[in-house]
Amino acid sequence: MAERSFKKEVEKLRLGAGQEFHGEGILAVTKALLQSGVSYVAGYQGAPISHLMDVLTDATGILESLGVHFEHSASEATAAATLAASVNYPLRGAITFKSTVGTNVASDALANLASGGVTGGALIIVGEDYGEGSSIMQERSHAFAMKSQMWLLDPRPNLPSIVRTIEEGFALSEASNTPVMLELRIRACHVYGRFMAKDNVRPQFTLKDAMEKPVRDVTRIVLPPASFLHEQEKIQKRWPAAQEFIKARGLNEFVAGGARDFGILLQGGMYNTVIRALELLGLGDIFGNSRVPLYIMNVTYPLIDEEVKRFCIGKRAVLVIEEGQPDFIEQNLNTILRRADIQTRLHGKDLLPMAGEYTAPVIMKGILQFVRNYAPHLLEGHSLPGVLQPAAQKPVPVQKVEGEVHPRPPSFCTGCPERPIFTAMKLVERELGQHHVSCDIGCHLFSILPPFNLGATTMGYGLGWAGAAAFNTSESQKRTISIMGDGGFWHNGLTSGVGNAVFNKNDGVLVIIDNAYTAATGGQDILSSQADNRNRTTKLSIAEAVRGVGVKWVRTVTRTYDVARMRDLLKEALTTAEKGPKVIVAQSECTLNRQRRVKPLMKKLAEQGKRVVRERFGVDADMCTGDHSCIRLSGCPSLTIQPNPDPLRKDPVATVLDSCVGCGLCGEVAHAAVLCPSFYRADVVTNPSWWDRSKNSFARPVIAFLQHRLDKRLVENAA
Amino acid sequence: MDANVTTQPASVTSPDTKAISIAILAMGGEGGGVLADWLVDLAEHAGYFAQSTSVPGVAQRTGATIYYVELFPETESQRRGRQPVLGLMPVPGEVDVVIASELMEAGRAIQRGLVTPDRTVLIASEHRVYSISERSAMADGRVDSQKLLEASQAAARQFVHGDFARLADEHGSVISASLFGALAARGGLPFTREQFVDAIRRGGVGVESSLAAFEAGYAAASQPAPIKPPPVSSPAASNRTGRLANLITRVTSGFHAASHDVILAGVHRLVDFQDERYAREYLDWLAPIRDADAQHGPGAFLLLTETARYLALWMAYEDAVRVADLKIRRARFERVRREVKARPGQIVRINEFLHPGIEEITDILPAGLSRFLLRTKPLKRLLEKFTSKGRIVETTSLAGFLMLYTLASMRPLRRRSLRFERERRFIQQWLAQLPSLAAEDYALAVEAAECPRLIKGYGETHARGMQSYLAVMSAIPRLRGKPGAAEALRRLREAALKDESGRILEQTLQEVNA
Repeated sequence: MAERSFKKEVEKLRLGAGQEFHGEGILAVTKALLQSGVSYVAGYQGAPISHLMDVLTDATGILESLGVHFEHSASEATAAATLAASVNYPLRGAITFKSTVGTNVASDALANLASGGVTGGALIIVGEDYGEGSSIMQERSHAFAMKSQMWLLDPRPNLPSIVRTIEEGFALSEASNTPVMLELRIRACHVYGRFMAKDNVRPQFTLKDAMEKPVRDVTRIVLPPASFLHEQEKIQKRWPAAQEFIKARGLNEFVAGGARDFGILLQGGMYNTVIRALELLGLGDIFGNSRVPLYIMNVTYPLIDEEVKRFCIGKRAVLVIEEGQPDFIEQNLNTILRRADIQTRLHGKDLLPMAGEYTAPVIMKGILQFVRNYAPHLLEGHSLPGVLQPAAQKPVPVQKVEGEVHPRPPSFCTGCPERPIFTAMKLVERELGQHHVSCDIGCHLFSILPPFNLGATTMGYGLGWAGAAAFNTSESQKRTISIMGDGGFWHNGLTSGVGNAVFNKNDGVLVIIDNAYTAATGGQDILSSQADNRNRTTKLSIAEAVRGVGVKWVRTVTRTYDVARMRDLLKEALTTAEKGPKVIVAQSECTLNRQRRVKPLMKKLAEQGKRVVRERFGVDADMCTGDHSCIRLSGCPSLTIQPNPDPLRKDPVATVLDSCVGCGLCGEVAHAAVLCPSFYRADVVTNPSWWDRSKNSFARPVIAFLQHRLDKRLVENAA
Repeated sequence: MDANVTTQPASVTSPDTKAISIAILAMGGEGGGVLADWLVDLAEHAGYFAQSTSVPGVAQRTGATIYYVELFPETESQRRGRQPVLGLMPVPGEVDVVIASELMEAGRAIQRGLVTPDRTVLIASEHRVYSISERSAMADGRVDSQKLLEASQAAARQFVHGDFARLADEHGSVISASLFGALAARGGLPFTREQFVDAIRRGGVGVESSLAAFEAGYAAASQPAPIKPPPVSSPAASNRTGRLANLITRVTSGFHAASHDVILAGVHRLVDFQDERYAREYLDWLAPIRDADAQHGPGAFLLLTETARYLALWMAYEDAVRVADLKIRRARFERVRREVKARPGQIVRINEFLHPGIEEITDILPAGLSRFLLRTKPLKRLLEKFTSKGRIVETTSLAGFLMLYTLASMRPLRRRSLRFERERRFIQQWLAQLPSLAAEDYALAVEAAECPRLIKGYGETHARGMQSYLAVMSAIPRLRGKPGAAEALRRLREAALKDESGRILEQTLQEVNA
């Protein structure tokens, strides 16, 4: 079950025609799918589209009533292959994943799909993880659309536009027999807004119809000679059909802004920021009125030659606002203009930066320079916004905070079961020296940041062990350590990592972190999840799967907080005389999910008068000397510092915040690392049992008597 | 949606028709999203278009993140017959309200240019959530809160501050509620207090506690507070008539007032650690330092104060007896109950994580016995076996308490222990060089007096600290008489606190010696 529940929000999916929908972008996307009569949806979770998967998970009832099949795909490749259902049948299908990482994984299937083309509308919703808040390499999905000739939609980032684009996207896909990609940037996925809903549509042709009356068409399969035919079809049929459809339906938009002899072309996704930039420059207003003509490309691939020409003819110059690189659109525009011999100057990445997110100040600077060159009079009488005003130096307050503001990298949550694994690795490092550590994708990648600073490379999801494949030589006795999460393991790591290591007789060590969810993407279930899930098969063993592909040396730790055991196992794996791949499965439930499960339960038990023990750690400030070794071996958000209450000491002391969930790592570290005695664990017993109370009443008087004696000395001393 | 419609040449409305712009800077899991949701709900019920967005990503795992909200009146939109185009990200210089859930995040908002004196109301909680670099520093890596407060004051049109985390905590709620109260009071938004309250009610989760925290935030923000200078901690005033009267008088009459706080704290610490005799020795040892300071110092008695500080801490070194002594006190039991927020009727069991090594044991035994133990191989091996594993001792159980009580009772034996001998030797070596250093180079002497700050912790941590201390002190003979000697010694000390491996110290030592 996912970290965030949409049980309440999914009710909005039932809204019908004439009712206004209010909610998050990603929920609106789901609603638009249902309004479009989609038959099946599949995908792989990952920011910024995780919520789309979670919403669909919580919407099972509604989906069933509409006859929609929904899958958590094993990987993005699986999701993409799922669209095969739309090749031969008039079935509308949608898939979703994080891009470009997910599109990378999916591209084999996508290329095959795009080659043969589709009958039913096929929509690929990609969460474009680019710019602020992104956690991946900065690339564009645009390239995938171009290389496989799928159409790329980049709607204005507001709910009515996004919803309309999805509905039109299916129709476009069908009209041109081409899969269509819909690109949503991070902020658009999370934007809260409103739109007028329509009724949900139950597909007329269903999955059942397809399964019971199967059809096949050998010309749709990528094999020669059909494959050569497909390429010709793309150019001769599908491309013109798409152009025609896009023009006819007016998917791109023009804003006249007075018949001026210059203008701006922009990706739909840039619209709100461009309008804000124009507003601040005195060239537009909040209602989208502009004094500069605009051509808004809600479809960024293919470009519509005719529309581009119409916009550019008679203009001295145009500016294209295209986020990301390479400058595919600008190159394309140049080709269109040159072929048509239109003399309009095209500006773009010469006035705007080639790389990086196009924030409002960036776009403003570009537009300002453009307008200064071609119509400076438009800028007269309007003072420049503060951010564009030249300043000799930074404002005093900004100078003052410099050095006082630290980065806050993401880290393991309070009580995270992955933390002790890396604590153990730190302890092993002290004894055996450094090892080459190959990382994967997942929460465990936070190990590369302080305080652990472990890990040399990460080559992709499930590729942790593959990333260490070359380090396989008998010339060294030293072994490598690879990390893989349970998510990456089932995504492809079982074959690309474990199978590969077995086959190639790798002598390295793999630690599989099994926290029972794909934790980094929001805690969705996978094959090895321990939860009961009505709609999925869970509780399968990673260790058995690993043995199944031929690993002999497999060890399982069922409580990762046992740092000493974790350390000893790692040491054994790194030093054993046994050759061949070694796998440690480190199991403990993701604490975010655990707390969500356990906390209400504990509260309920306590209210029913049952005995409940809450564990929490603490630090005795008068014993802490302020070295913070404990923090360097943990980094737990609940283990922090506070001013030293001792007037003699200057360095802050360690302290444990109330958010502590009593995971036990502090105590384990104090023991395993022989740190310091200032940690304590308090067991707070609610509704104590008869045994608790009698033990307590036996010890209490003696302790009280002795404490009284101690107090006497202390009081005298203080006097 | 006006698809492909070529709109008429625009008459552009005045730039004064603007959206209200609100940025919330928070850390993942702090409820920044809840605050944004309340705000959206509030605005929609009050007849506004509300758009919010965020870039959570992995930031939800404790990283810093921004929630951004824009509001626009529906009436204005109806009048113009068009819907507003709202922004998805704050533009530097164009933000009406910035809410920072923590002080460094306020600094981050300033750094990003979101807070400007012509426009922005900055609402910030003064409390600190320390960054990982602040927390993991080997000594004091904290940034200067005072600077952040002053910068906030200077950067904003209005700076609304208070410890909103504490207010929320006091009312069993989370910081989003108390900040929402502050926003209602001082945010300058076109909504009434009742409208804010209704939004919380409609939220439906933890309504009563949220409202209580909201009220507290509202009240705190309503009273503009000046920025207070940081509190100066001073030890409790000493009673001059009690058992320690003689010692106290000796301090107040024999030492300069500037050093009284620290020396008195030292006296109390040492009586608590050992006995009055030990405190008298402390004052005896300080006398030559005092004289050297009076003769060579500029009169602020910095050398004396810092020597008094580190001498007291060194003399009250952490051994097993001290740990046991502190663990079993009644005041500590009460403090733990408070810290873990135990309610009456709940039983609190306190478990200690002790890992006494062989050294910890031979440290506290009489020196002769310890030497014998360490020399006699079978005995040593037995001890090693006994101490190879850490143990958890429940101090609130009878057995656990009696064990620690017995250990604490060994205090009188301490003077004859191996550790006592050793520390005394090192202390004397350190103290002995201070007067002559002061005579040559006062600043260098002050730096030397601060060097024992490097010695801290237990077990390995202590050993590492001691090693660093000795390495840094070893540079003094070569530094003597050189210009910039004090600065060089300070650099060495700071280098020792930069990494655990001691590599940076080693490097700096080479540079200094070169």
